[in-house]
Amino acid sequence: MSSEKEPLFSAKNMKLITAPLGSQNPIPVQVLGICSALAVTAKLEPSIVMALSVVFVLVFANLIVSLIRNSIPSRIRIIVQLVIVAALVILVDQILKAYAYDVSQQLSVFVGLIITNCIIMGRLEAFALGNKPWPSILDGIGNAAGYGLILIIVGFVRELFGSGTLSFPGIGTLNVIPAAFYEWGYVNNGFMILPPMALIVVGIIIWVQRSRDKSLVESN
Amino acid sequence: MDKQGNLYTFIYAAVMVIIVASTLALVSQGLKPRQVRNEMVAKKTDILQSVNIASTSKDAEAKYEEIIGEASYIVNFQGEKVDGVAFDVDLAKEVRKPLEERLYPVYEARLESGELKYVLQFRGNGLWGPLWGYVSLNDDGETIYGATFGHKSETPGLGAEIANDGFQAQFKGKEIFNSNGELVSVAVVKGGAPDDAKSAVDAVSGGTITSEGLQNMLSSFFEGYEQFLKKIERERHE
Repeated sequence: MSSEKEPLFSAKNMKLITAPLGSQNPIPVQVLGICSALAVTAKLEPSIVMALSVVFVLVFANLIVSLIRNSIPSRIRIIVQLVIVAALVILVDQILKAYAYDVSQQLSVFVGLIITNCIIMGRLEAFALGNKPWPSILDGIGNAAGYGLILIIVGFVRELFGSGTLSFPGIGTLNVIPAAFYEWGYVNNGFMILPPMALIVVGIIIWVQRSRDKSLVESN
Repeated sequence: MDKQGNLYTFIYAAVMVIIVASTLALVSQGLKPRQVRNEMVAKKTDILQSVNIASTSKDAEAKYEEIIGEASYIVNFQGEKVDGVAFDVDLAKEVRKPLEERLYPVYEARLESGELKYVLQFRGNGLWGPLWGYVSLNDDGETIYGATFGHKSETPGLGAEIANDGFQAQFKGKEIFNSNGELVSVAVVKGGAPDDAKSAVDAVSGGTITSEGLQNMLSSFFEGYEQFLKKIERERHE
């Protein structure tokens, strides 16, 4: 990397982080990672933890694939990527079980879900295979953060309106809707905690984003 | 070497598998003692939780020693004590046996107030994976004092709500025998149990299969513990 001419945080490199947060966001724009966005966002807490886990896995997977990109035989590259991602996910799971048992209990299924997250395979295939390690790390941070951002927004909306609470890792569940509201007849929307609402919330995000940024709207 | 050739591909795949497999095996072996210890502490936390004592991973062992200590044993289907260490019974294995052949662990918790509670252990199946739990009964062997449930992979926000305090608090005061002394367990009612129900709680909304799994788990294990509980009842009256 010392031979690189451009600075570590050049405008081009920073764009790798910022673009996936907005105009290149993996969920509403590229429509990747929808499956896990539906599954984990009934509450805010697992959404946050899932977002952090994906950042970790995607950054390391991107880095490792990028480091060995010139040695991977192209015919088995998908298998190689899959093995790397699976190994990282198992590693995360084992370390959590040993050093953060409570967190690993909460995550349970989600850790396994990371392996099947299309964003991870998508970024390895589209970016890490053809780029140097440093840009790959930035791309990993950017895309995982973009994914996490949507997850947290959806989790926030669903838990707030579905259960009337907000939960945070390490803090627990807080009741945010005042009890007085319920006395006046406010009712939690039970529909919010069911998976279809995640799709509808994501749809609303896509709608809002496209009406603000016309360049995302496809011309027929 | 030709990077697209068969030989290179084979060697590459083999080396990769060996490296990954040995790394994972090493990590797994190295972390195993810590993981086993964590599971043991978590089990003690659960048992304490069922008698409504909150503990953290730091003080669980000390509190367990104080409240329960050595006062645990195994009973069989006939309610007789059998040899063995209750804490080491693997319910995941027991649950595959017929009711009559299972081993049933019992923990006697002596609260600070001097009251005696019996903690029973449960295991069953939810929608995606196993459920487990601990239910404590008053010394009449009939009224539930507290309950705690866990699950491996139920859906968060839906089935996973069985692990919530709000759901578990419903069990307090429920009676598992009816007025004729027949075992009725605790029903988990979809749509909500009547307010005055003595042996029913509200199911989790959106978690029907988990709720049913929980109900089956309770009724099958209460049946297993039935003779033991009746024995407590008889001994109390003597």
